[in-house]
Amino acid sequence: MHIVVCLKQVPDSAQIRVHPVTNTIMRQGVPTIINPYDLFALEEALRLRDRLGGEVTVLTMGPLMAEDSLRKALTFGADRAVLLTDRSFAGSDTLATSYALSMALTKIGQEFGGPPIVFTGKQTIDGDTAQVGPGIAKRLGLNQLTYVARICDLDPQAGTISVERRAEGGVQVLETRMPVLITMLEGTNEMRRGSLDDAYRAARSQIVKWSAADAGITELAKCGLKGSPTIVKKVFAPQARAEKVQHIASSDLSTDALAANVMAAIFQKQPALEGDLLRFAAGQ
Amino acid sequence: MSDAPKTDTPKTAAGRAGTKRELPEHFKAYRHVWVVIECEHGIVHPVSLELLGEGRKLADKRGVELAGVVLAGDPLTAAQVSAAAFEHGADLAYVITDPILAHYRNESYTRAMTDLVNSYKPEILLLGATNLGRDLAGSVATTLLTGLTADCTELAIDDEGSLAATRPTFGGSLLCTIMTLNYRPQMATVRPRVMSLPERQPGRWGRIVEHPLNLTEADIITKVLRFVADRESDKAQLAYADIVVAGGLGLRSAENFQLVRSLAEVLGAEYGGSRPLVQKGWIGADRQIGQTGKTIRPKLYIAAGISGAIQHRVGVEGADTIVAINTDPKAPIFEFAHLGVVADAIELLPALTRAFRAHLSVNRLAG
Amino acid sequence: MIEERFDAIVVGAGPSGNAAAYTMAKEGLRVLQLERGEYPGSKNVQGAILYADALEKIIPDFREDAPLERHVIEQRLWTMDNGSHVGMHYRSDDFNEERPNRYTIIRAQFDRWFSGKVREAGAVLLCETTVTELLRDTAGRVIGVRTDRGGGTAFADIVILGEGVNGLVGQRAGLRPELKPDTVALAVKEMHFLPRETIEARFNLKGNEGVVIEAMGTITDGMTGTGFIYTNQESISIGIGCIVSDFTESSCTPYGLLEAFKRHPSVQPLLEGSECKEYVAHLIPEGGYNAMPQLYGDGWIVVGDAGQFVNAVHREGSNLAMTTGRVAAETVVWLKRRREELSKANLAEYQRRLEETFVMKDMKKYRKIPSLLHHNRQFFNLYPKLLSGAAQTWFRVDGIDKRTKEKQIFQSFRAGRKLTGLIGDAFKLARSWR
Ligand SMILES: Cc1cc2nc3c(=O)[nH]c(=O)nc-3n(C[C@H](O)[C@H](O)[C@H](O)COP(=O)(O)OP(=O)(O)OC[C@H]3O[C@@H](n4cnc5c(N)ncnc54)[C@H](O)[C@@H]3O)c2cc1C
Ligand SMILES: Cc1cc2nc3c(=O)[nH]c(=O)nc-3n(C[C@H](O)[C@H](O)[C@H](O)COP(=O)(O)OP(=O)(O)OC[C@H]3O[C@@H](n4cnc5c(N)ncnc54)[C@H](O)[C@@H]3O)c2cc1C
Ligand SMILES: Nc1ncnc2c1ncn2[C@@H]1O[C@H](COP(=O)(O)O)[C@@H](O)[C@H]1O
Repeated sequence: MHIVVCLKQVPDSAQIRVHPVTNTIMRQGVPTIINPYDLFALEEALRLRDRLGGEVTVLTMGPLMAEDSLRKALTFGADRAVLLTDRSFAGSDTLATSYALSMALTKIGQEFGGPPIVFTGKQTIDGDTAQVGPGIAKRLGLNQLTYVARICDLDPQAGTISVERRAEGGVQVLETRMPVLITMLEGTNEMRRGSLDDAYRAARSQIVKWSAADAGITELAKCGLKGSPTIVKKVFAPQARAEKVQHIASSDLSTDALAANVMAAIFQKQPALEGDLLRFAAGQ
Repeated sequence: MSDAPKTDTPKTAAGRAGTKRELPEHFKAYRHVWVVIECEHGIVHPVSLELLGEGRKLADKRGVELAGVVLAGDPLTAAQVSAAAFEHGADLAYVITDPILAHYRNESYTRAMTDLVNSYKPEILLLGATNLGRDLAGSVATTLLTGLTADCTELAIDDEGSLAATRPTFGGSLLCTIMTLNYRPQMATVRPRVMSLPERQPGRWGRIVEHPLNLTEADIITKVLRFVADRESDKAQLAYADIVVAGGLGLRSAENFQLVRSLAEVLGAEYGGSRPLVQKGWIGADRQIGQTGKTIRPKLYIAAGISGAIQHRVGVEGADTIVAINTDPKAPIFEFAHLGVVADAIELLPALTRAFRAHLSVNRLAG
Repeated sequence: MIEERFDAIVVGAGPSGNAAAYTMAKEGLRVLQLERGEYPGSKNVQGAILYADALEKIIPDFREDAPLERHVIEQRLWTMDNGSHVGMHYRSDDFNEERPNRYTIIRAQFDRWFSGKVREAGAVLLCETTVTELLRDTAGRVIGVRTDRGGGTAFADIVILGEGVNGLVGQRAGLRPELKPDTVALAVKEMHFLPRETIEARFNLKGNEGVVIEAMGTITDGMTGTGFIYTNQESISIGIGCIVSDFTESSCTPYGLLEAFKRHPSVQPLLEGSECKEYVAHLIPEGGYNAMPQLYGDGWIVVGDAGQFVNAVHREGSNLAMTTGRVAAETVVWLKRRREELSKANLAEYQRRLEETFVMKDMKKYRKIPSLLHHNRQFFNLYPKLLSGAAQTWFRVDGIDKRTKEKQIFQSFRAGRKLTGLIGDAFKLARSWR
């Protein structure tokens, strides 16, 4: 079975800095990583491949530098990596991104066999929209399974799959037909460490690089800034809160005395809370 | 929603923003503000009511109507959900009732929503950034080929009458305001607990517009085999707790996390923690608070041994009172806490538990 | 698993390992390079100085695409006491040359770039792969390495150890002794981010010009060590380091020293308003020539920090690392071309070649400096104070005639350190500098 995993190279948001004057992101010296959510998708794909045979292709749209992340995915055990890279993709929003990726997925299907399963992560840590997965599904007409916590059953012959999906207020068990797009929930598995053989293979693999034209994208108006209906009007830094913290002095106090002061300060800030708590205590 | 590179290149983005033209003719008929009323198993999701509160303001500013969209499996649910929408500010409700819609499924709901939009043409369409809302919004926006701003924290109408949706980006380090100028509807999802709940107006009523769902069960490939409600498991209900006690790496060990749980128990609170605790396996993923965990908006939030990194901060800022316990007086959490205690949480937590327990039992007896 | 066999295995993807791997791969050898970090430079996130010459000898046109921050046009040497500094600044437009001599760099980016060149040259690089031990045949010859990846092993005719100052592979294999606390410095560093324009205004720079400040004095609280400040494009690297054994005897923490250095009135305005990211601590081998271990043996060679190749006085390290890596690689290529065995006897050629370069010459020249500075604390405590006092006496216009001022200065030095000591120090310093 051929499985494709979409993953994105993102700046490590813990290390992001904002230019104090222009309010733009200062990328200098900020390390890039594979979007952490995508690793859950990749591991799930690798597990399916190990169980059912077949191949895992990883796909990313991004600058040439994104090759690092693809190579890393190969080290984890992916079989093939495709980098979709073209100037005309710059400034894509989710609609334009899902368009480009869906075209690349179609091309991957033609070149390496149509994938019954396409995985994405739940969301990215930079764009953070969780919309690219559903966008791809819609464009390719794949059955969409988001927030999947577990793949329960998969029958390659019958072409059916059932999954546990995290819904609001509970877990849905869904059954559908492949091809599907799955966005994988975080925390559902743990990324493996590739073997030395995987590492050798990754180091030696050629990464497939496609421009827009290579991927069969002729309608450039659907790509990048041109193909993005949303417009960033303004970028600004969050405002610091005006109210300053009220410190509760802790020196020269026993811990119990301090605790009493903290409790008193809480009740002073939130007079109604004391009543709520008493009612709660009475109810117990 | 805009992808990362755009915020990086404000020049090009501004260049495009400057291309604002007359709205294409066929979009001019798009009017009114819609909120999708999310309802799972008969329970209206609070985020939808929060959105009605926000939608009301937008509609008033635009001088248009506010509508709730109700997709229900049976007439009773439809009536109850519509009532809730009216009581929280909707002028009318678009209702589709069909057993197919009893459970959320992407195919049927996307079909229902796109049908409604194409028939009644809203200018603004809002959904909760819940799993349901995000699953649905992406499909709807892609089908309609319109813009979608995900996970907003603020909605406004600009001088020219367009929706200006503000959302955090790059893990909350920056905010950006995003607009969809030349396409309709303008779509946005909003995180639960970011907007406040509007006052309920009992007895308030509105118009109902019924619409058929032109689908049969056989058309739908995906089947719901089962639904296991969280009430039947012991999932955390962090997002709607009034009091939350949380711990961070400052607690130093999984055993010490019990101190957080004990205090939470005395206060009838939910407990949670920072991300590293989830990674270390001290607490489950559903108890992570912050950007990649839950956004909370409790009356009282007690953070013990949490440094207050930006990713944590964005998830708790909406709390009415934040109490921070940290040994480091320079910890960033003191930049947004309301009450700060520079102390060892491992000692202070048990003392607080004792203090509250004593106070509550004494006063309960007295009362 | 197929047992892979290579001509050479390089442990580490720092400057020394990269230089070695690149040079060999370029000559057509089959090279495997193993790096334990997530990517080359991931453990080296800091700013540093790059000396062009050493890299030019490996990649002549590196300026075309290497991630260079600023070229250094001004060097400041500061002797500091608690509230002042006496400085020597050398700034010259001559440094605005076509092929500048020194650059500030950010190691994470630079190492990554260098590593890209190594891969282009044909070496196989595996990251997140730690070498756990050397494999030997029955005769004791090193024949390969074991890694932590599923216990995987790899074999080669030679193993080049560029594993850095605290490399455990060589230590565990008994190729060199454990580090001694009095031959390594512990340096702590921070990156402070500021808009480009701010940096250029504060340091009086235009374009990609850069400044280096090196400082000594009471900032190390009497310990043997120095502080430094480098300007990058949008950040300032600041750090301070002292000999480890001094820390163990003192109550200062490295972090405390750095905090105090940053708060020094001469430094603070330079950093004002910056956002600090990334705090790292790292060891620097400072034992010099006398602390150098055996550099080669049957089937192995040591390069870079692992061989103590650092010139502490001039803050040179990466250039020695690159040069030793290159020379080791050239030696291996040369022996292989002649179909000679990579035995201890033949690899003596490595040391012979090194003797002809600046590396060994400088290491020898400064052989006595480490112990001199270590045993004469007055260089870090007393003299800076005296110097600053003298400067203040000299520059303050207060109605006292100049002759009296001269006398005051002279007496302050005499009182501070007995005349014989003063002369002795000057003499010792001159001798070990020779
Ligand atoms: C993409 C991304 C997403 C993220 N999402 C989230 C998220 O959703 N939620 C989240 O929380 N984090 C998130 N993080 C992680 C975040 O950046 C921080 O690393 C994390 O919040 C820090 O957790 P902490 O405060 O528990 O630990 P630390 O930062 O290690 O802080 C521990 C604190 O405890 C204090 N302390 C130590 N001992 C004691 C004691 N005895 N008593 C009292 N105080 C003590 C210390 O002074 C320190 O301030 C994310 C990071 C990334 C990169
Ligand atoms: C604070 C500070 C400032 C400095 N400033 C300068 C400066 O301005 N200019 C200058 O020229 N020099 C400077 N130096 C010195 C310079 O950094 C070093 O001399 C140089 O990095 C040495 O290169 P190396 O390749 O020998 O070792 P390293 O750069 O330490 O590289 C060793 C590599 O080997 C890897 N490794 C170690 N063990 C294993 C293993 N078992 N398996 C796999 N991989 C392994 C490590 O992860 C590392 O990447 C400075 C040093 C410090 C600490
Ligand atoms: N540029 C990209 N290349 C490949 N996959 C992507 C890209 N952008 C987003 N994705 C995938 O879509 C998911 C959701 O992204 P987002 O909508 O940005 O939160 C991610 O987890 C990725 O799997």
